[in-house]
Amino acid sequence: MEDRAPRRRSWLLLLLLLPYIGLLWVPFYNFREPVLFGLPFFYWYQFAWIPLTILVTWLLYRVTHD
Amino acid sequence: MTNADPIALSVLIFFFALVTVMGFVAARWRRPKTLAHIDEWGLGGRQFGTWITWFLIGGDFYTAYTVIAVPALVYSVGAYGFFALPYTIIVYPFVFAVMPVLWKVAKDRGYVTAADVVHGQYGSRALELAVAVTGVIATMPYIALQLVGMAAVIKAVGLQGDWPLIAAFIILALYTYSSGLRAPALIAFVKDIMIYIVVLVAVIYIPTQLGGYGAIFEAADAAFKAKGSGGILLGPHQYTAYATLAFGSALAAFMYPHTLTGIFATKSADTIRKNAMLLPAYTLLLGLLAMLGYMGLAAHLNISSANDVVPALFTAMFPSWFAGFAFAAVAIGALVPAAVMSIGAANLFTRNFWKAYVNPDIGHEGEAQVAKVASLVVKAGALLVIIYLPTQFALDLQLLGGLWILQTFPAVVFALYTGALRANALLAGWAVGFIGGTAIAWSDGLKPLHETGFGNYKLSLYVGLLALVANIVTVLVVNAALALSTRPPAQRSSPHIPS
Repeated sequence: MEDRAPRRRSWLLLLLLLPYIGLLWVPFYNFREPVLFGLPFFYWYQFAWIPLTILVTWLLYRVTHD
Repeated sequence: MTNADPIALSVLIFFFALVTVMGFVAARWRRPKTLAHIDEWGLGGRQFGTWITWFLIGGDFYTAYTVIAVPALVYSVGAYGFFALPYTIIVYPFVFAVMPVLWKVAKDRGYVTAADVVHGQYGSRALELAVAVTGVIATMPYIALQLVGMAAVIKAVGLQGDWPLIAAFIILALYTYSSGLRAPALIAFVKDIMIYIVVLVAVIYIPTQLGGYGAIFEAADAAFKAKGSGGILLGPHQYTAYATLAFGSALAAFMYPHTLTGIFATKSADTIRKNAMLLPAYTLLLGLLAMLGYMGLAAHLNISSANDVVPALFTAMFPSWFAGFAFAAVAIGALVPAAVMSIGAANLFTRNFWKAYVNPDIGHEGEAQVAKVASLVVKAGALLVIIYLPTQFALDLQLLGGLWILQTFPAVVFALYTGALRANALLAGWAVGFIGGTAIAWSDGLKPLHETGFGNYKLSLYVGLLALVANIVTVLVVNAALALSTRPPAQRSSPHIPS
């Protein structure tokens, strides 16, 4: 992996910062509404970042390791 | 809960006996030519593939103490306790990007511990020792806390006294001694499947008894309002606390000896990348588990300590046999991390203290033997701490442990990307972060958060992260000063392979 298209790879690594931005900037999500399945937004928004983070990582993995 | 519940107790003992047998049988699992080699005893032969690693790291990183403590924190303070959720999400992009690089260095040069990596990269015994000592003292209270998790369920099934805990730990110590990392790796399968079953049943069944999630959040909100503190959303002053705790914890998580042991035991860098995509399943579990804190509020449990919220909820909501199953899951959940932590600490002691200072000529077999004995000593120490010292002592130390281990981050990670830093600069940074961070936490009464202000603007920040910033600034300043005043950094000891 180290030798293959290093420039393209390092650019794509920035995608990995998305979960940090989405989760560490609390004003994005510290609300009650909209409620989903009884869960306030604060909770389901953070849960939603689990599949989103996997998706971002998987995309990067596909691009750099296939 | 003063009398033992025979059904719950029987189920608990059955599963405990099952994993005990597995622990001893593990020595023969994927049998190596010999277990008398630290790569075999301490890293399971460096051959764990994707699924074994998933169970092992999942079982080791999401500990029994977590199962008890996260819902307890949510029960006490609400939304703030959920910082564990963003923490255990953002840790994985970091694992994906950095840990394969670290693994490769360790694999190529035969390193077993983070301190080995540091010694290999910088050739500095002092920096190696700093990283090794930090690893050991950060891990010890963590092992002790696994016992707190176990003690909580032993109490819940109605057993009295310290002897059940002592017996459980002696058994654990014996099979860890004989099987090494293979024991927790095999037991992790049972532990993790049990925990998944328990949490999924709990988060589906308990809300049906309490009127659904909407009602649970209403009840929790009302409980916090009545109490006058906490809440189901963060207060404005908690934003930075929440974010810095999540970020700092994520950076610290894979600096611990037990998590790094899981990483170094994998068979390839690709195994680690795949696990960075698969391990978040446990984060989902953890987030769901945290909800149990609100369910405890909605169920109006009558408990004396927040740590009892999970056992009390299970006792109140489940039939005896399933409560017993749930308690067994938590108790076994304590065994896996306790075993891996003691192995990680034993590896550090053997490689970076015994081999470095006592017996540099020690062979592979001698290393394995020293590590086995060290793992016994580490566990005995943790047991004594829990029995003879107040639990709060272990809690305080574990908090400081997170701060301490975070200070090894620059020494362990930076060399993977740059050759410009010198050992003495990193050592200075470590000292500033370690001592400064400990002093701040101490002066705040051992709280993880430090209030700081610019004029009227007050911020509450995680002390560990503050200390890390001071650490990194010191590294850069000292490094620049050294670069100006002396000759270029000594030749990297790259091809030198400690065996």
